[in-house]
Amino acid sequence: MRPILFVLLIAAGACARVKPAPAPTPVGGARDSTTRGDMGRGSTSAPNADPFPSTYAAFPSRPTVIRNVNIFTAAGPLIRNGALLIQGGKIVAVGPTVEAPADALVIDGAGKYVSPGLIDTHSHLGVYASPGGDALSDGNEATNPSTPYVWAEHSVWPQDPQFPRNLAGGVTTLQVLPGSANLIGGRSVVLKVVPGRTVQSMKFPGAKYGLKMACGENPKRVYQTRGPSTRMGNVAGYRSAWIGAEAYRRKWDKWNKDHRGDAPARDLGNETLAEVLRGNILVHNHCYRADEMAQMIDISREFGYRIRSFHHGVEAYKLADVLAREEISGSLWADWGSFKIEALDAVKANIALVDRAGARAIVHSDDPSGSQRLNQEAAKSMAAGIAAGVPVTEEQAMKWITINAAWALGLEDRIGSIETGKNADIVLWSANPFSVYSRPEKVWVDGALLYDRNDRAEQWRTDFELGFVPFTRN
Amino acid sequence: MTNLSFFRTTAAAAACIVGVSVPASLLAQTIAITGGKVYPVSGPVIDGGTVVISGGKIVAVGRDVAIPAGARRIDATGKVVTPGFINSSTQLGVIEVSQVNSTRDMSATGKDNIAAAFTVWEGFNPNSVMLAPAREEGITSFVIVPAGGLVAGQAALIDLVPGMTSDMLVRAPVAMAAQIGDARQAGTGSRGELIVKLRELLEDTRFFMTHRREFDRADTRPFRASRLDLQAMIPVLEGTLPLLVSVDRASDIDAALRIAREYNLKLMIASGAEAWMLADKLAAARVPVLTGAMNNIPGGFSALGQRQENAGLLRRAGVQVALIGNAGGGDEEAFNVRNLKQEAGNAVAYGMAWEDALRAVTLTPAEIFRVSDRLGSLQTGRDANVVVWSGDPFEFTTRVEHVFVRGREYDEMTRQELLTERYKVLPNRKNMPR
Repeated sequence: MRPILFVLLIAAGACARVKPAPAPTPVGGARDSTTRGDMGRGSTSAPNADPFPSTYAAFPSRPTVIRNVNIFTAAGPLIRNGALLIQGGKIVAVGPTVEAPADALVIDGAGKYVSPGLIDTHSHLGVYASPGGDALSDGNEATNPSTPYVWAEHSVWPQDPQFPRNLAGGVTTLQVLPGSANLIGGRSVVLKVVPGRTVQSMKFPGAKYGLKMACGENPKRVYQTRGPSTRMGNVAGYRSAWIGAEAYRRKWDKWNKDHRGDAPARDLGNETLAEVLRGNILVHNHCYRADEMAQMIDISREFGYRIRSFHHGVEAYKLADVLAREEISGSLWADWGSFKIEALDAVKANIALVDRAGARAIVHSDDPSGSQRLNQEAAKSMAAGIAAGVPVTEEQAMKWITINAAWALGLEDRIGSIETGKNADIVLWSANPFSVYSRPEKVWVDGALLYDRNDRAEQWRTDFELGFVPFTRN
Repeated sequence: MTNLSFFRTTAAAAACIVGVSVPASLLAQTIAITGGKVYPVSGPVIDGGTVVISGGKIVAVGRDVAIPAGARRIDATGKVVTPGFINSSTQLGVIEVSQVNSTRDMSATGKDNIAAAFTVWEGFNPNSVMLAPAREEGITSFVIVPAGGLVAGQAALIDLVPGMTSDMLVRAPVAMAAQIGDARQAGTGSRGELIVKLRELLEDTRFFMTHRREFDRADTRPFRASRLDLQAMIPVLEGTLPLLVSVDRASDIDAALRIAREYNLKLMIASGAEAWMLADKLAAARVPVLTGAMNNIPGGFSALGQRQENAGLLRRAGVQVALIGNAGGGDEEAFNVRNLKQEAGNAVAYGMAWEDALRAVTLTPAEIFRVSDRLGSLQTGRDANVVVWSGDPFEFTTRVEHVFVRGREYDEMTRQELLTERYKVLPNRKNMPR
């Protein structure tokens, strides 16, 4: 009943509230402070850095105060019975009390909790949309083991009914990735979980692209007859691709500098890979086993790029110290494992152990169902850590589904925590989100209320759902 | 006709295994769990109750219970005591590694997508490393249900005790598994044809029951189903073996109800994404539903109406509901049978009464699968499948403090725990690089 693993989500809805598009925000520029020294120099050389610019504009909002509420800030200790002011799409104040502007909507949050909007670093919403089937299977361009030339956003169906369910689960930002059939699967896209007619209107303005890479069993299984059919074939495939990309980058960087002679021929795949080498695209590497992660780290050193996050990483706990040292985050499952050989060593304390070692631990989903309950997945991991003798606080576990995920997407300065000046992506929970009984009551994206459990008018339905799906959610 | 009763008897004898108890050496201990909040499920909660276990059985439950001399005492003050949880549908033990074909034993090739004779438990692996993780999180029994085709085969109910399959079986078969709604998987071209094929099987079984002599003389027309499959279907037609139909779309559930009525079958619904649309009908027909509480995605055209309130709505309408852990399925299903408690918690969050959710993972499945004389409640004389929880069993932060199955406590290290210990301190070994 559930689609196979290496695919996932995103959907946007029909919405009459789509506002006129703002000026496109450039994407992929060298604005990330984490870019490593000399790798960022050629960032302007991409022949066409942003051909599908974001047209997202925040939905209408009004100043809102939530008071009397317990606040998980993901930036410090839980604030008990605190208050929060959001205004103009931003978090304006947070603390024991805040001053409410005269025109503010004031919500009493007694007994309730607030958290940052949740972030899923591994989604296939929209590229493996519901109701599924071949017609909506758009996540793996499984025609070549290396397809850096494809972009996940070109597969995203904004009417995927999984999108509104994700929002109702408190998720406000998603990275939609290509699947893991290929060694190099293509570009990811970071989306806001908002209704839209086009994928452009969901794209997170200014977010960097990611590059999906995959280790291990999937590529060698998919390409068994044409190759790679072994792990050594996989590694040769990555290295060959990077060799070509480096030559391409040098050629273009040189031409961009001196403009001598004809411009080199464009190559879509190498454009993406060259941007990785320049530090402008973040690498998201599907990799289960510790030994393979170590090899991928060596490959990244050989070619001078960084891995931003290992995804799935069921053996991350075996390499947690290395991940910490290399500043590579782990986008991990709470409790999936054992479904294939490379997943046999999954342990429930994985995320807690990675966190304890000092690496950025992230709860990801790779699953449209799990993505709706990242809080529950984090709760399981927290409990498993404690059971294994690794103390984990709720504040820590909250980071696994917010600020750490924001870092993996290069967006930690804008989302992922409740701090003044950050985007007002906020979830109001009926109870402590680490309780199985807790449910999101309201969800704001950039200060705009886009989900209200108690108000059908604030429950987004995709075009697909009209007529097909009974309107029963509450 | 004259031989019918003979066939009934032999079919029943051949097909029905009722497990016996474990060796006496494991049962010797007498244990008194005292002071806990005891949920017998069969009766009201007992605050500060005591549960006494002896000889693998529950020998006393109540507030003022005499504790036998020499009993091992477990202080459960501030803790919660429940029957062991029963997962009503899983492939635990018949799939070890989902993507390794040689470890997949949940399906039969069958003949023309009919595999009624398939006894899935014959392929069960009592040494599966997946068993201990399920037990350590409070699952003490589960139903393995075969999958595939139109009629997938027979399901069995198993206790998580050591030994081989025969030691672990509680009852087999407990149901005949079939599906309605996936025409292609049934080897048919459409829903309607699937129903025709199912009817043909039922008609042929009826004919086979009464014409066995002619059949053995090869004096009957050929049947689509094999002799063994027809024979295995007899108890279904007799109404002694429930037909467990995996079905999602409302119209398909209705078709299942029609057929059950027509042939006087004992029907159970599994999955049942849109069962809430027929809640009253299911209640009136006394058809139980095995389902989850975490599915809300219109994940296919047969499940457009899937919603998390399903279980709660069915229960409120009076339907017997058993919850399935990790009901969404997927490759990791067997590994996450342990998430039954999460399913129950979500059922509560989406409208099911807490007590009903507890019942849906204990006594209701025991009743549905006709083992409530042994499992599913804390009552004198029942098998001592008992769990002591540090708090609300459905909450993530709650730990399982003690698990007893047939009176024996389990606290062995799972494979996952062994791995965790090995890598808890890094770098861990001289021979581990980096």
